[in-house]
Amino acid sequence: MPELVRIQRENFSIEAEMENVKKASKGIGAVVTFLGTGRDNSKGFEISGLDFEHYPGMAENKLKDIRERALKNFNIIEMGIVHRIGNIDVGEDIVLIVAASAHRNDAFMACEWAITELKRTTPIWKRETTKTGDVWVSETP
Amino acid sequence: MISVKFFAMLKNLTKAEAKQYNIEGTITLEELKGMLKKDFPALEGVFASRSVFISVNQEFADKNTVIKDGDEIGLLPPFSGG
Repeated sequence: MPELVRIQRENFSIEAEMENVKKASKGIGAVVTFLGTGRDNSKGFEISGLDFEHYPGMAENKLKDIRERALKNFNIIEMGIVHRIGNIDVGEDIVLIVAASAHRNDAFMACEWAITELKRTTPIWKRETTKTGDVWVSETP
Repeated sequence: MISVKFFAMLKNLTKAEAKQYNIEGTITLEELKGMLKKDFPALEGVFASRSVFISVNQEFADKNTVIKDGDEIGLLPPFSGG
């Protein structure tokens, strides 16, 4: 069984990740996912590709910390987080968060919190390829 | 010896991936910034704008953090994952 929290270069299967989280308990009655994908534009510029860099070790630990805090602070049963690094084409999947709970509201709240926390605390950086060159993105909303 | 790692746009700015320093005893974050600014003047603006996080041994540092021999320092520009 793959780890619930991972950083990897290769693509992931949303269905497989959801099944991996659902294995935690038959008491799960709601699964909420957030999927981040590569856009073709940013701040008015056309984007032809993305490249993600991370701080090996620290980034994985921050994602594990997000899962642990989500399990502690929200009434959820399990959470999975997968983030890709390296070159990613427009339209490809970048990040997936899966939150599972007995009832939907807890999973919605935990999932929204987790992606916001990921953007705030996880040392991962995005570089966008445009017609005029590559641009490191300093912050994303 | 301590190792300072640069990430993302800071690698472009410093034209380096890492920089090692020999230190005696311990140093503060401000002392480290001074050493880095001397070797990489382009970092002056980065530190002035506070648009950088510093990690020590892969944990976020704060103003009370002390750096000692063997530590791994990360110079982390604002994150853009997700």
